[in-house]
Amino acid sequence: MSLSTPQPGSTRLELLAAMLRIRAYEEKIVAFHAAGPFPNVCTSVGQEAAAVGVVSALRAEDQILTNHRSAGHLLARGADPGRMLAEVMGRSTGYCRGRSGTLHISVKELGVVLTSTIVGGELSLAPGVALSRAMLGGEGIVVCFFGDGAACEGIFHESLNLASVWNLPVLYVCENNQWQAFVHRKETMVGDHVAPWAAPYGIDSLTVDGNDVESVRKAALHAAAQVRETRRPFLLEAWTYRQRGHMEPHDQSYVDPAEIEAWMAKDPISRLEARLLAEGECTTADLEALHAEARRAIDEAAEFASTSPYPDLSDLATGVYA
Amino acid sequence: MTQMTFHDAVDQALHEEMARDSRVLMFGEGTATKRKGLLKAFGPQRVRNTPLAEGIIAGTAAGAAATGLRPVVDLLFAPFLCFAMDELVNSAGKLRYMSGGQFSFPMVALAMTGGGWSVGAQHNHNLEAWFVHAPGLKVVMPATPADAKGLMKAAIRDENPVLFFVDIGLAFAPGEVPEGEALIPLGQAAVRREGTDLTLISYAKTVHTCLAAAEALAAEGVSTEVVDLRTLKPLDEATILASVRKTGRAVVVHEASRLCGVGAEVAALISEQAFDALRAPIIRLTGPDAPAPASYPLEQAFAPQADAIVAAAQQLVARTLEAAPIW
Repeated sequence: MSLSTPQPGSTRLELLAAMLRIRAYEEKIVAFHAAGPFPNVCTSVGQEAAAVGVVSALRAEDQILTNHRSAGHLLARGADPGRMLAEVMGRSTGYCRGRSGTLHISVKELGVVLTSTIVGGELSLAPGVALSRAMLGGEGIVVCFFGDGAACEGIFHESLNLASVWNLPVLYVCENNQWQAFVHRKETMVGDHVAPWAAPYGIDSLTVDGNDVESVRKAALHAAAQVRETRRPFLLEAWTYRQRGHMEPHDQSYVDPAEIEAWMAKDPISRLEARLLAEGECTTADLEALHAEARRAIDEAAEFASTSPYPDLSDLATGVYA
Repeated sequence: MTQMTFHDAVDQALHEEMARDSRVLMFGEGTATKRKGLLKAFGPQRVRNTPLAEGIIAGTAAGAAATGLRPVVDLLFAPFLCFAMDELVNSAGKLRYMSGGQFSFPMVALAMTGGGWSVGAQHNHNLEAWFVHAPGLKVVMPATPADAKGLMKAAIRDENPVLFFVDIGLAFAPGEVPEGEALIPLGQAAVRREGTDLTLISYAKTVHTCLAAAEALAAEGVSTEVVDLRTLKPLDEATILASVRKTGRAVVVHEASRLCGVGAEVAALISEQAFDALRAPIIRLTGPDAPAPASYPLEQAFAPQADAIVAAAQQLVARTLEAAPIW
């Protein structure tokens, strides 16, 4: 397996480049929306550090389950943005031949097993994927990305309980992005954090600043190492923020502007850039070059996707059964 | 051939398949407790008890099936499947197609239903048609121990998710079961009795009711064919159509309620593809649009009875004797 994802030991510039790639990808989708009709997409703008921090701590043999806000996880894992955009645009060159759209992209060759848009679906499948790892051998662990909204589903509790009693190697990663579709979690969830819900199931947990990629990566390396060694679940909560509306086209009219402003000041990309500049690790020109390279790669991906053919209509009902 | 119950025939199929393929495992509510033979033979890794949590049982099966194992899960009673609908319908049924064929879901979900134990409507609800309607799933509901074994073996070897319904009323009914292999392919109906005047089409316990009705009709000189569907999806359309083209009359019989049931699909199929062969309208005899009662006499009356089938058959035969078809 060849993965372009940063592996343990990745440099800070590589982490930044990975985040810029995600941001450029999502901004391209926003631009497509602005230009005319385009499939609905749930962007991960603002959550890049959580995705890159965790995925950069994984190994090639590890497997990932994710959710509807998955572009960051996929790109950090090394997915081709062209084939992702093609999938979003319903083209035959997409990872799922245009059948999944943006919401359910899976990439078997990268270990991205399943993407569920049923909130909590990924949590229902994760123990089974880990059971395969436990029974078929190998060192791999299973990472399951979900949000604070999914944590309020009953299946979250069923999943943690089973993974614990069966000793399954699942790294649960809750990206607590404060919003559950169109509702702030304060209205619908007891307490601010999901991590404390792990302890009653005998599962260790950690909460990390999800907008600091270095902190996330450090926590994820620790968490993944523990899962790898103990073959038991762990819950990592990344405290982050969804910078855009639930889905495109963008609408945050229901959000307190002061909340947005406060979180924008903690934008994960700006933070790392400021740190790199302050510590003399790069120059403004270096940063500009990284931004330009990310945009160039995504422009190329968009060109590939836009010019890819739609699936043949004869493909409509094929492959439903094996 | 050995005499054994339906339940033991399923158990024998599980034994043989687990011995044949180390990727097959079974888990569910009380699985390791109740299936002691399996536990002894294959150990606690492959025969597991689970929490009473149908969603995570079915979801875990789907996740495991997608990544190399071949799970069989026992969800106990069909109404409990309501807790597992997302995992069975949205994940196991859809994700092969949605992933562009990257993943398959070779798994079997086992559940009991039907009258016989006075367990009431939250343990007894013949909801098999729900799953027939869901893309990506296969559905079987056998009527005999031999079929139970052969269909379970075929279901375990199938690359698709299969819903395997056990009729409670048949679970401890004995029958002849062949030794060893003797797979019954999914999607193949059985003609249980040949006849020329009328076709009775059914599955599970009402197959036996149809056979009793056919016997009574024979005494009246009506030659009745009985088709046991065995698999509800894929449906063996060829066997249904061949029989009705021969007899010209059809009664579809099942315990599940009538509206949008399997009988509606069978009747529509015949109307669309064998209309010219029909000598009388198709009749459906089914359970009522009501929750299954616990009271034993009411529960027994829920499923169509042999005398009702005989009456329907007489009506169809008389009608065509008295009046020529209008078409």
